[in-house]
Amino acid sequence: MIKKEMIAMLLAGGQGSRLGVLTAKVAKPAVSFGGKYRIIDFPLSNCINSGVDTVGVLTQYQPLRLNTHIGIGIPWDLDRNVGGVTVLPPYEKSTNSEWYTGTANAIYQNLNYMETYNPDYVLILSGDHIYKMDYEVMLDEHKASNADVTIAVMPVPMEEASRFGIVVTDEEGRITEFQEKPENPSSNLASMGIYIFSWPVLRDALIKLSEQPNCDFGKHIIPYCFENDKNLQAYEFNGYWKDVGTLGSYWEANMELIDIIPEFNLYEEFWKIYTNSSNLPPQYISENSVIEKSIISNGSEIYGDVHSSVLGAGVTIGKGTVIKDSIIMQDVTIGENCVINKAIIAEDTVIGANVTLGIGSEVPNKDKPAIYAGGLVTIGENSVVPADVQVGVNTAISGVTTKEDYKDSMLASGETLIKAGERV
Amino acid sequence: MRAVGIILAGGNNRKMRELTQKRAVAAMPVAGSYRAIDFALSNMTNSHIQKVAVLTQYNARSLNEHLNSSKWWDFGRKQGGLYVFTPTITADNGDWYRGTADAIYQNLDFLRRCHEPYVIIASGDAVYKMDYNKVLEYHIAKKADITVVCKDLDAGEDATRFGTIRMNESCRIEEFEEKPMVANSSTISTGIYIIRRRQLIDMVEHCAEEERHDFVTDILIRYKNLKKIYGYKINTYWSNISTVDAYYKTNMDFLKPEVRNYFFKELPEIYSKVGDLPPVKYNPGSVVKNSLIASGSIINGTVENSVLFKKTFVGNNCVIKNSIILNDVYLGDNTYIENCIVESRDTIRANTRHVGENGVKVVVEKNERYAL
Repeated sequence: MIKKEMIAMLLAGGQGSRLGVLTAKVAKPAVSFGGKYRIIDFPLSNCINSGVDTVGVLTQYQPLRLNTHIGIGIPWDLDRNVGGVTVLPPYEKSTNSEWYTGTANAIYQNLNYMETYNPDYVLILSGDHIYKMDYEVMLDEHKASNADVTIAVMPVPMEEASRFGIVVTDEEGRITEFQEKPENPSSNLASMGIYIFSWPVLRDALIKLSEQPNCDFGKHIIPYCFENDKNLQAYEFNGYWKDVGTLGSYWEANMELIDIIPEFNLYEEFWKIYTNSSNLPPQYISENSVIEKSIISNGSEIYGDVHSSVLGAGVTIGKGTVIKDSIIMQDVTIGENCVINKAIIAEDTVIGANVTLGIGSEVPNKDKPAIYAGGLVTIGENSVVPADVQVGVNTAISGVTTKEDYKDSMLASGETLIKAGERV
Repeated sequence: MRAVGIILAGGNNRKMRELTQKRAVAAMPVAGSYRAIDFALSNMTNSHIQKVAVLTQYNARSLNEHLNSSKWWDFGRKQGGLYVFTPTITADNGDWYRGTADAIYQNLDFLRRCHEPYVIIASGDAVYKMDYNKVLEYHIAKKADITVVCKDLDAGEDATRFGTIRMNESCRIEEFEEKPMVANSSTISTGIYIIRRRQLIDMVEHCAEEERHDFVTDILIRYKNLKKIYGYKINTYWSNISTVDAYYKTNMDFLKPEVRNYFFKELPEIYSKVGDLPPVKYNPGSVVKNSLIASGSIINGTVENSVLFKKTFVGNNCVIKNSIILNDVYLGDNTYIENCIVESRDTIRANTRHVGENGVKVVVEKNERYAL
């Protein structure tokens, strides 16, 4: 009989709509991060580094990029004879067929997958956080405290606690109360959305709540376990952990990587982050370039200046172009004599010559002021920006745009320009 | 595919000076992210050759480490695969490989058990891209016994470290001199051969009976009037790295956009073992001009006209000019390096100065690594 002590279920089906045009065509876990990585690389690398070699990845929204990225799991050593990584999309059943309607519902629909491995424990992860964490230590705590459920929590500043799901614990770390975005929090321990369940407890809860519409871990499963007097423990985590759910936090987390000694250090030997990188060659920096306080990935060719930016693999920056405070994802080509300020440019996009991004006054975005904020210019993947145009702040561009789309060669601050078509 | 591949990677070479004390030439790091053998291996896999044997003998640890998994070159297959053959003691043989032909002879069982009609023999110390199928088509069209891939050297290049060739109008090889004192021809053999498998087995067996061991002198040169040996000329980039100067020049060639474009951008690509290293980090104070930097490096100083391999750490106020820094080198603050090749995993202490005055200097320092 196949037996795995702990298996991981990684929820990677969400769109992450607060990332705007970045997730128009890919699921959030597949969005690039830190130059050569994608967000899902962090939980997947944590799994293998923690000795968890069986991972089910639940996909639903736009899974193509995720599927290609994960493949059979070779980059993470998750190509195994027994276990390894399995991509789990929703599927048709003889009685009913439904999409994954909630986080717990997605896990429920894959009960069979989990049963195959006869696990003692199931680790529930989400594919949208940047952190390094040893799940084995968390499992040890789970066993030591005889817990039924262990929830990873981290201390947040008290004044920010009202933005999170807060847990209150007794001295032993047993959870005594949950508060969802409380006005007057009585603790500063925020739930990180990482759970270890003892398998019988999870199985029982999933089956009992199988009729619950949009069954969700935070809203239904955890409260159900709590009400039934299960032992819920908090596991306090004090390392770097960043939610990159909004464009602002995504930009910030990338920029934190370029500090001289970054809080989140990619250069450590003993907890490597693995990724599927097909781009091997070294990067070329030209005679006339100035590179400062930046990270640049494999195979890029830099003929211009790069300041305080994060560049992915295979990026080409033309002569005379100045990039500042920006995130340029893989295989983006930027023409000559451009000025790029505080922009996020997604994969395979082409920017013509003499383009200026991120100028003008701070005007809130007219369509989605909550998403396109913070003075950023966001450009979706496979887009084209023609030569000689200027783009204001809090703007979004997606698709193949031509000169005619820019009135007086200008996209004013706060405008959104979404066009059909992809660059071929 | 109609051919199996053999890569000769056993050689040592005094002309590489200190650099080959650590490894076989085929395992030399090249162009920032690669090793020399990656080029031959990638050409094999890109030519759809599924079965490749690497024959190795001299200081193979580094090479074995590089080849510890065949999947990076797509050789992890049920049909075919990557085989690394080092000399072994058997009931009827206790010798090392005494030459290239002997190396093949000692692994003749491998060739006997293949079913592919042709064998492609290549060396592991050249940087090039080649579709061996084109050579094979030529070989078949010419009804040749052996085809030798050859190249015209540019004026001023030294042909005496190669085998020089003279061909007639129909490209049959009439003269073949191995490492001549004075070169009579600027056409050289690239060490890439195609031969029918049965023919190779016969010739190598025959050689062994006569106690001859070298493929070039004892097969190519000895048989050149008896067998139909043809030359196949290439005019694409090909560079052998087996002297310090050639190695230095080959790496520096990658600073030229046309060479980078040919190897890095144009398909098919060159594969290598994946290092899982983070992007390069440029801290304040870094000045980088006309240089190649491989992943995992951290730059705090000045780098000009140089090639930095993986995981180089350049300290504050360092100056690196016209140099090659191999994998995982730590350069302490205020180091000055000009016209040098710094051996891999070296630690250069702060305030050190190394300048290659007359030609390229090979720097090997065995200092303890500073705790980073």
